[in-house]
Amino acid sequence: MTSLAYTLTDSATMFRRQIRHIQRYPSLTAMLIGLPVVFLLLFVYVFGATLGAGLPGGGDRSAYINYLVPGILLFSVTGAAQGTAISIAMDTTEGIVDRFRTMAISRASLLTGHVLGSLVQTLLCIAVVLAISLAIGFRPTATPIEWLAAAGMLTAIAFALIWLSVALGLVSDSVETASNTPMFLTLLPFLGSGFVPTDTMPAGLRWFADYQPFTPVIETLRGLLLDSGIGNSATIALAWCAAISLLSYLWAKRSFHKRAAR
Amino acid sequence: MAVTTATRPAISVSGLRKTFGDKVVLDGLDLMVSEGTVFSLLGPNGAGKTTVVRILSTLVPADAGSIRVAGHDLTKKPDGVRAAIGVTGQFSAVDNLLTGEENLKLMADLHHLGRTEGRRRIAELMDRFDLGEVARKPASVYSGGMRRRLDLAMTLVGGPRLIFLDEPTTGLDPRSRHAMWQIIRGLVAEGVTVFLTTQYLDEADQLADRIALLDHGRIVVEGTPDELKRRIPGGHILLRFTDPTALHAAARALSVAQRDEDALTLQIPSDGDVRSLRAVLDRLDDAHVEVDQLSIHTPDLDDVFFAFTGTPASAAAGHDSTEGHR
Repeated sequence: MTSLAYTLTDSATMFRRQIRHIQRYPSLTAMLIGLPVVFLLLFVYVFGATLGAGLPGGGDRSAYINYLVPGILLFSVTGAAQGTAISIAMDTTEGIVDRFRTMAISRASLLTGHVLGSLVQTLLCIAVVLAISLAIGFRPTATPIEWLAAAGMLTAIAFALIWLSVALGLVSDSVETASNTPMFLTLLPFLGSGFVPTDTMPAGLRWFADYQPFTPVIETLRGLLLDSGIGNSATIALAWCAAISLLSYLWAKRSFHKRAAR
Repeated sequence: MAVTTATRPAISVSGLRKTFGDKVVLDGLDLMVSEGTVFSLLGPNGAGKTTVVRILSTLVPADAGSIRVAGHDLTKKPDGVRAAIGVTGQFSAVDNLLTGEENLKLMADLHHLGRTEGRRRIAELMDRFDLGEVARKPASVYSGGMRRRLDLAMTLVGGPRLIFLDEPTTGLDPRSRHAMWQIIRGLVAEGVTVFLTTQYLDEADQLADRIALLDHGRIVVEGTPDELKRRIPGGHILLRFTDPTALHAAARALSVAQRDEDALTLQIPSDGDVRSLRAVLDRLDDAHVEVDQLSIHTPDLDDVFFAFTGTPASAAAGHDSTEGHR
């Protein structure tokens, strides 16, 4: 076998290991699904009528569900990324990673396995949250092509944030730190157009909300699922995803090698 | 063939240096381990044993020195080294969320063994390490001894010719400890080279062909267990008396200077055999001295250290040596 074939085989082995981990540790997945579901129900049934009235042109609770769901989907992605940081820190703080390092296996395969495993876990979370959203009145207007594009957008941002979490997990000294550091990600959908339109925010915050990476992602999802118009959001969103993925990948790779030397 | 392999070194190290920050951990280490032998690196906690293992197993780069492991230059061909070695560290390297069987399967997959060969190897190892009954249980519920056995079984899946065992019995109960010794002897019988670190003199004595004593990042002495023990004067009989009069009378009768006035004890050098013990008791009887307590003390790590470095193991290792001796 060539070295590329070995890299693929080893990554597949590590991916299967991650899938087993997800199966054996269902409470983590339950928590990752539970949090966005709670927020969804909270925002729809507690704040929904009031926030709906504040939407441009005014609206009711059902109008607010449609506005909210793209933001909640992204919120799910950030939560799932937290799970990645936890699982990578669990690995590196135990002896098993040192064992992998003393074996003649592809070095990147462990990280690749984690990323692919987390991606599956994240998409699972998104599917459940989306199903519940549809059940409580989310009414998207997307065509099958637009659904596919939306799935692609979510996968791209999930991929980027998972690599970021891998890096954050690798630089954490403990599992506790690893579960806390990606917390700022879960705040970002709030400080963007995830829950309310940005034009009601004070000037400084509004500037941040308009230019931070999550807003174009949410606007792209909204455009695809609800025909609200995408503009240049998709391009900006994909550029952000590519940049975050690349930088995080390089950061993760460097931290992984540096960790070995301790 | 047999002649050439017997003399070829499995590990050769010269001038190995390693510092962490401004702390010198290894200060010009030289080592030579012949193929098919057990080499034991003996030293208290904090002596740098684990650092040696981490460097030789490619986990940590050395600062200086030339190192060849399993016929490969460590810095130039780390993957060549990795393909030939197996490592079982002090802290168990098993996947807690997987079952014992799945842990072994993971290793078989990472060694690209193929389905049939992998299954055969896993079945063989589970049988040999007595893991059959717990094969389908997650490793997180295993006892300490079971975890070490699974750990070592995982190390052996790839059929390494050289294995590193970093304190393989630390924290194990006596029974698991003896089981582990049996396993190590079995490996040696198959021709595997073993690099063993331990803080127990008896463990090195039981298993090793050669022992090296590590102190302050240097090898203080190296030799066969017998060579080393002959040079250790730590074996003695300890006599305790009820009052100073008896202590002084006994000291006169035995003409020994090594006495402790506060503890009311006398130390008589002895290798613990019955003849010398009887001689001591006879002379005390002749002098009509009553002995309160008698104990026989065989050399331990402290004695080895005292003999070769002039300081006990606990002092040699500095402050973090609370587990330096049992």
